[in-house]
Amino acid sequence: MKTLAYFPGCALKDQARADENGTLAALARLGYEVREIPRWNCCGTVYSLAQDDLMRHVGPVRNLLRVQGMGEGRVLTLCAMCYGTLSRSARFVEDPERLRRINAFLAPDAYNGGVEVVHLLTLLRDEVGYERLAAQVKRELNGLKVAAYYGCVLLRPREYAVDDPDGPTVMERVVEALGGGAVPFPERMECCGAYLTVTQKGVVEGRVGRLLRSARAGGADVVVTTCPLCQFNLEERRPAGAPALPVLYLGQLLAWALGADEPAVGAAITGISSGVRHG
Amino acid sequence: MASELRLSRAKLAAPFARRVEELSGENPYACYQCGKCSAGCPFADHMDALPNQVLRLVQLGDEAALSLSAPWVCASCHACGVRCPKGVDIARTMEALRVLALRRGITPTPVRPDRPYPQIALIGAYRKLTP
Repeated sequence: MKTLAYFPGCALKDQARADENGTLAALARLGYEVREIPRWNCCGTVYSLAQDDLMRHVGPVRNLLRVQGMGEGRVLTLCAMCYGTLSRSARFVEDPERLRRINAFLAPDAYNGGVEVVHLLTLLRDEVGYERLAAQVKRELNGLKVAAYYGCVLLRPREYAVDDPDGPTVMERVVEALGGGAVPFPERMECCGAYLTVTQKGVVEGRVGRLLRSARAGGADVVVTTCPLCQFNLEERRPAGAPALPVLYLGQLLAWALGADEPAVGAAITGISSGVRHG
Repeated sequence: MASELRLSRAKLAAPFARRVEELSGENPYACYQCGKCSAGCPFADHMDALPNQVLRLVQLGDEAALSLSAPWVCASCHACGVRCPKGVDIARTMEALRVLALRRGITPTPVRPDRPYPQIALIGAYRKLTP
């Protein structure tokens, strides 16, 4: 067993519970002892882009401090938004002067830097490997056609991308290793509208309609994402007439394929085999 | 956007442009107005000025940039930044404009959530609306 520090974030304990349950079950089967970091706090959701806004890095850096306190050198995130804030703040405090100023807020503790932030997708690609993942598959996906949806934060800004920001393949490769079929999905790197869902609902509905039609045109049965905000928007901001594709988390697909209990994937597969096509 | 344009040395050295540069960490004068950011912006349809036009106003030191809706429609998806041939991360320029506007008391319409939202949506939205 390999230990792995894990930062859940708010969504994984609430609306994205199925993602956490599924991923943790799958990681246990892949030989990881996942250790949730103690006293974690909000990652901040949105990375601060203003140069003078140091205060907003305190939250994410405090989480890195907790990882350091566990004696771990890296931390796993499942949520794309958490990956964004944690990985970018980790890089932000590589500058000693910035780190000194952030540490002033963390006193008497001090973050020493150097914690690596890993997203589930890169862990599966770089450490587990597609072949070993495929060898662990216990249950067929029965040709489930999957639109792998990246959205923004996994790929942009370029310096933090989990894969080639102009042509990512990691999520498709994972889906295929699990026995699913990754369909062409040209809009897979486009923004869903994110938090505009609170302030400008109509804008998000326009985005979501376009994304779902693109996924459906590629022949998808389901959309798979690692972002709880994308998941919310794709299900809750679907405009009238857009294809009603189920939007699942990658963790749910993983869990099902590796033999853990995952009713949502089962229902999607049953839907297909009984000839029910969405939209 | 069509209005009379008066260029002057004073405008180009405008404190406003410098302040936006300072807050964003992005050099507005690197932009040569190719429009690639606006072509790829998923939200351009809803903006009162296209991303390259916003940057143009900043270059000209025109504080009208602070009253636009465009920075508030921007979702910081960074599609512009990864495509910019000059490496300008315009999402950062938009953030600088939001921050400057908020600090000067220019605020968009107050938000009244119409339903329960996941934390991730609410926190994302309020972070954008606080200076």
